[in-house]
Amino acid sequence: MKKILFLTLAMLAFGAVYSQSETKALFKLPSVDIKDLNGDPFNTENISNDGNPIIMTFWATWCKPCMKEHDAINDVYEEWVEETGVKMYAVSIDNARSSKQVLPTVNGRSWEFEVLLDPNSDLKRAMNVNVPPHTFIINGNGDVVWQHVGYLEGDELEYIEIVEKVINGESLDH
Amino acid sequence: MKQKISSVTILLLMLFPTISFAQDFLSGGKVTGNVQLDAQFYSEDDKLGITDSTLNYKKFGMNGFANFIYTNGNFTAGARFEGYLNPMLGFDPRYEGVGVPYWFAKYKVGSLEMTAGHFYEQFGSGLILRGWEEWTLGYDNNFYGFNARFSPYKGIMLKGLVGVQRYFWEPYENSNRGIVRGFDGDFYFNDMIDGMSESKTKLTLGGSFVSKYEKIQNSPTYTVDSNYYTINDFGDTINWVNQKTYQLNLPHNVGSWAARANIAHGGINFYVEYAEKGNDPNATNDYIYKKGQAIYSTLSYSRKGLGLFLSTKWIDNMSYKSKLTESGNPAMLDINYLPAISKEHPYSLATMYPYATKPNGEFGLQGQIVYTIPKKSKLGGKYGTSITVNYSLAKSIEKDTITSSITGDMTGTDGYTTSFFSIGDLMYYQDINVMIEKKFSKKVKAKVAYYNQTYNKNVIEDDIFDDHHMVYSNIGVLDLTYKFDRRNSLRMELQGLWTKEDKGDWAAFLLEYNVSPKWFFSIQDEFNYGNPDNDMQIHYYNLSFGYNQGSNRFALRYGRQREGLLCVGGVCRYVPASTGLTLTITSSF
Repeated sequence: MKKILFLTLAMLAFGAVYSQSETKALFKLPSVDIKDLNGDPFNTENISNDGNPIIMTFWATWCKPCMKEHDAINDVYEEWVEETGVKMYAVSIDNARSSKQVLPTVNGRSWEFEVLLDPNSDLKRAMNVNVPPHTFIINGNGDVVWQHVGYLEGDELEYIEIVEKVINGESLDH
Repeated sequence: MKQKISSVTILLLMLFPTISFAQDFLSGGKVTGNVQLDAQFYSEDDKLGITDSTLNYKKFGMNGFANFIYTNGNFTAGARFEGYLNPMLGFDPRYEGVGVPYWFAKYKVGSLEMTAGHFYEQFGSGLILRGWEEWTLGYDNNFYGFNARFSPYKGIMLKGLVGVQRYFWEPYENSNRGIVRGFDGDFYFNDMIDGMSESKTKLTLGGSFVSKYEKIQNSPTYTVDSNYYTINDFGDTINWVNQKTYQLNLPHNVGSWAARANIAHGGINFYVEYAEKGNDPNATNDYIYKKGQAIYSTLSYSRKGLGLFLSTKWIDNMSYKSKLTESGNPAMLDINYLPAISKEHPYSLATMYPYATKPNGEFGLQGQIVYTIPKKSKLGGKYGTSITVNYSLAKSIEKDTITSSITGDMTGTDGYTTSFFSIGDLMYYQDINVMIEKKFSKKVKAKVAYYNQTYNKNVIEDDIFDDHHMVYSNIGVLDLTYKFDRRNSLRMELQGLWTKEDKGDWAAFLLEYNVSPKWFFSIQDEFNYGNPDNDMQIHYYNLSFGYNQGSNRFALRYGRQREGLLCVGGVCRYVPASTGLTLTITSSF
């Protein structure tokens, strides 16, 4: 009886391990109901870029490195889009205190990329984000293939390198 | 023996489909998660008066969590393991322990999403219901029960929940806290009505109802003294005290409702939410029977390069918890969320005097302008310059006595009267600030900020409603970044805080060297050079070092932590002064 239980568990465990090594994707972008910049409902299944890679970054208006990251990316965003076809979604985790400030902040700073609102951190939890900024790169099939925590001056160059590797189908191993 | 074999065979046969099903189930699934460990080694520090005995011999503190999420198609399950061994300084000792305070299973079929277990939910802006957690604060008011979200028709989103809330590690049993029930609906008219889908004006209406049931076992009693005197036959005055004991008549159910509207047209966006709460005598409002009221509104206008924002808030008696005797710090069992209306600042000295909402009554106002001077213009320079001007204010509301025999907030009465949106005379908080950000070249970036803050220490820290301890401060910040090449950069922060009150003047200095995308080193010092107590003119120095490896992050910090309030989203945690080594590991997979 014990053996059978053990066998079952072992097989289950094997199944789980096997399934994890099958694909290079870290995980599939989860389907979560959040809001768009205007406060209208938005499901993350609608995040798409015609098969091109996507950069997704979690941020907040009170997060200093996040604002730096966005300003740095905004300076080169047009070039990025032209050269690689990449699209960026910046997901704000500002809560009720500051979520209504996101729209005027984004426009006031002339940011060009897409912005979404996650006012009660539902997507943040689903994507295991501890603290912003936390950046993900998603391939054309909606699989998260790379992630990075924090922002240091110049990190944006790493992002676009990864995007280029994803486009060329190169390995992302460090 | 024979019988045993057959039973094993039967069992195998029975298990086989389970195994193959389980394999199928697991093969499509995915496990993801994240982990954070904060460990602190405390040392004795004569200057701060920290000795082994003030530390209660707890020389090591560790807070940690590990979060696991399993996803397979429309099914998601997850759990969070937490451990506090011992809780780090500044966290409530009742957190000590290890366990799984959060787990859930969620399934989505069509437009219905059901969650069993623990969950976080928010209705509108949260004025009557919001479950959330913030690790750095040690804040978690998750609901444990059932949650449903359903969209019966395009543009309509309905939500419902029944649950009990987290209280440290104490399980829910024998009605030791209330049960929360809630229902909420959002109606997006432009999606619902075909004729409106092309309209430039967008309208959304929403409403919610929340009720708390709490078993009242022994209503507390309270005594009221009334003084009077008589004059006896000899003409002497004799003072008497008439002491009466009353029993509170506490409601078993406390309801609340809220209605909200959002109108957007072109660059204009207007949001308003109004909420009311029924009579709810509790430890926060001194057990008065008055109903609660709140309104929160925001108005913004923006176009490329310009963002304007105006927000107002008025609340009266809106503390709403799932246990009426619960109050104070840390804030536990909150059903609702009352956002603080001030701006959250990213620089350390600008957060020395932070604001937190006063649930028993406050008026708040915030305005902000974000303007970007265009690139390649005379003032904007090659890369453009952005300017942010922000103003926030929090004041008391007008409270009038009902009759002369009832002093304000008197237990067992209606407390006081107030008129809706009245503004009182007592200043709680004010903050005027300006920030200018400019990129001079590919190598040099600068930020300059100025803050003028007024902080009513008695009100904010001690709930004493007078103006006898106001702190007026001026704060200046200069933040410079120099980029050597694509990987190496140096950042410098200079900050000064000048005040004649409280702990006097401060200066802060930070030097940070970054090697993208992996390393950072920093030296930091906050010096309280103006402290009126010469012995407290202390350097709060810190050395930090960090290493990123993909989604793993290691940070090591050695130094002094100053005493203060750590606030996130208007909820604050008191952090005592400490000295020592802190190791933080975060990781996602």
